[in-house]
Amino acid sequence: MRNAKRTSLIVAASLAAMLTAAGCHKKTQAPAPPSAPPETAPAPMATITANPTTINPGGSATLTWKTTDATNVTIEGLGQVASAGTQTVTPAQTTSYHLVAQGDGGTADATATVTVATGAAPARITESGIDENTFEQNVKPVFFDYDSYDVRPDAQTTISADANFLNQHPELKVVIGGYCDERGSTEYNLALGENRANAAKQALVSAGISPDRLRTVSYGKEKQFCTDHTEACWQQNRRAQFTLDQ
Amino acid sequence: MIAISPRKTVVLRISLILAILAFTLPALQAQDWVHISTNMGMSKIRIAAADFKAASTDPLTGGLKSAFDQTLYNDLRYAGIFDVVSKSMIPTATPGSPQEINMAQWSADPANAAYVAFGALSVSGGHLSVQGYLYNTAAGQQNPQVLGKQYGGQATVDATRTIAHRFADEIIQQLGGIPGIAETKIYFVSNRSGNKEIWVMDYDGMNERQLTHLGTISLSPHVSPDNSRVAFSSLGRNGWSIRMYSLDLGRMVSFPEWGDTTLSPAWSSDGTKLAFSSARGGDPDIYVCDASGGGAHRITAFRGPDVSPVWNPRTNTQIAWVSGRTKLPQIYIMDSDGSNISRMTDGGYATSPSWSPTGQLLTFAWNRSYGPGAPGGEDIYVMDIASKRWTQLTHDAGANDFPSWSPDSRHIVFQREMNGHTEIWSMLADGTDQMQLTHGGGSNTMPNWSWK
Repeated sequence: MRNAKRTSLIVAASLAAMLTAAGCHKKTQAPAPPSAPPETAPAPMATITANPTTINPGGSATLTWKTTDATNVTIEGLGQVASAGTQTVTPAQTTSYHLVAQGDGGTADATATVTVATGAAPARITESGIDENTFEQNVKPVFFDYDSYDVRPDAQTTISADANFLNQHPELKVVIGGYCDERGSTEYNLALGENRANAAKQALVSAGISPDRLRTVSYGKEKQFCTDHTEACWQQNRRAQFTLDQ
Repeated sequence: MIAISPRKTVVLRISLILAILAFTLPALQAQDWVHISTNMGMSKIRIAAADFKAASTDPLTGGLKSAFDQTLYNDLRYAGIFDVVSKSMIPTATPGSPQEINMAQWSADPANAAYVAFGALSVSGGHLSVQGYLYNTAAGQQNPQVLGKQYGGQATVDATRTIAHRFADEIIQQLGGIPGIAETKIYFVSNRSGNKEIWVMDYDGMNERQLTHLGTISLSPHVSPDNSRVAFSSLGRNGWSIRMYSLDLGRMVSFPEWGDTTLSPAWSSDGTKLAFSSARGGDPDIYVCDASGGGAHRITAFRGPDVSPVWNPRTNTQIAWVSGRTKLPQIYIMDSDGSNISRMTDGGYATSPSWSPTGQLLTFAWNRSYGPGAPGGEDIYVMDIASKRWTQLTHDAGANDFPSWSPDSRHIVFQREMNGHTEIWSMLADGTDQMQLTHGGGSNTMPNWSWK
């Protein structure tokens, strides 16, 4: 009895050692011997995303993927790939990129689809080509003086640029968040945040954006963009911020 | 006799009066008008709380008796009207009944008590029984008994504390003339569950309990005058709305979810109306509706943030609130139809008003030197509404905000931010006896004292 126990301990120990060694190497390592699948090997995990998810014909998208505990990773259409990475793709038509990650603990898979918009009229796109990142790069926040919700000249310049982008993408709807710095009172700051969001909304409307594309929410001082107790940080927090409305 | 002309007599008389005033006015400090307006104007009554007699051998007796003695002592000490004899100066006797008490012990030095509370506590079969007496030591042989009470409950620490609170309140009502607060609750906001939710605790900080589990940001709890529901504001899909939690049912109940940044609901003292702030008209203004949300109508119409309304609980015909119409927020009062607007504060940054049950005073948070490069302290103030004179209650201790009156008008609960976290404190209405109630770390804010 004792010998049998000892033997299985040794087997387990050497398998553990092999697994550890296997984990240190990259994709070219041969898979573990199928005759003794170790119960202790963790199952692989896999994720893959495409950005943007919709492109116009001739456009490109970036695939980003990540796997864990996998020894062999392939993406349909690309072949064998590293366990994590990025790749630019330019599909001619709507394509699903199916990732399969094989490891000692099993197999995992994930899919990302890049949709190629057909035809001419952008209005036919059911899913907007703009994602949150692109939106926030193009529609910048505006900042306010303390205890104020007046749109400053520098803010007005930002509003004009923001309105420009929004006019080019009439399908987009916007949530305008109003924010305050950490000082002062919770309730008063919620009301002041509302005034700031509204002021930004009115400024966009004056720049030609239809008000039914715009929704306001106040966060008062409940959500902070930075937490230093300095005027520089306080200024960062006194803002109206624009995000995509779903 | 020296003749003095009538004119000189008048002058002499006036100078005499002025001289007397000059001596007495400094003695009439700001605190005195606060004391008078907050039911603390009488001189303190010297009372002794005897350790109660353990009248049973059940093993639970000792622990429950300790909890009872401690709670009774604290409740009497904190009432604001007693000079409670310290435990080191009372006789060691534990009289359990009128037959067992030796009054001379209690009225003599060092106790020197005018009144003594004593009695017995016993436990049997999971049931707790307490007999409590209040005796007047100066009444001699005739009718020294002021109170004789019998209480029963489960043999638990919670039930024991409740009985001690009840007995203390009876004593306070009997000797102080108005109901005590030992059985009241404080509603507040805490983020210790990971989100800002509405919580409740006993007035002495015990029994903290989470009420809402909405998983968003919930603020500004205000309990209804009949203690049946808590109104508060919460961030939902529509933005900020008034939400309603039923204490009777232990769950949320329906109330119109208006969105449009609806904030800071406040009950009239007859429970029929709510005042609140809403931006449905494009700019945050004060509105009034009935208790079920019907009949909502606007009563302010000025540009700028208008928020934090509170009713005059004595008349329900006036509302105080915060307005940023002149830039930095100030406290105003108006009639509840929006007329007769009167500005109360003269500058700085003033927010979070609470109206005393007596109807005479406002307490609020004020930073009198607010602004860039002028780091001022945020403190709790009390103002007499008729005269607008004010006094500062907190000094040099953190940033203080959201004061709320107790129903006896003698206490104020508030939040204090210090060392990176915010806790809830209470104090007497003259700023003394400051006591920390929460010790959770994180953010414990926006306390609201129950009505009874």
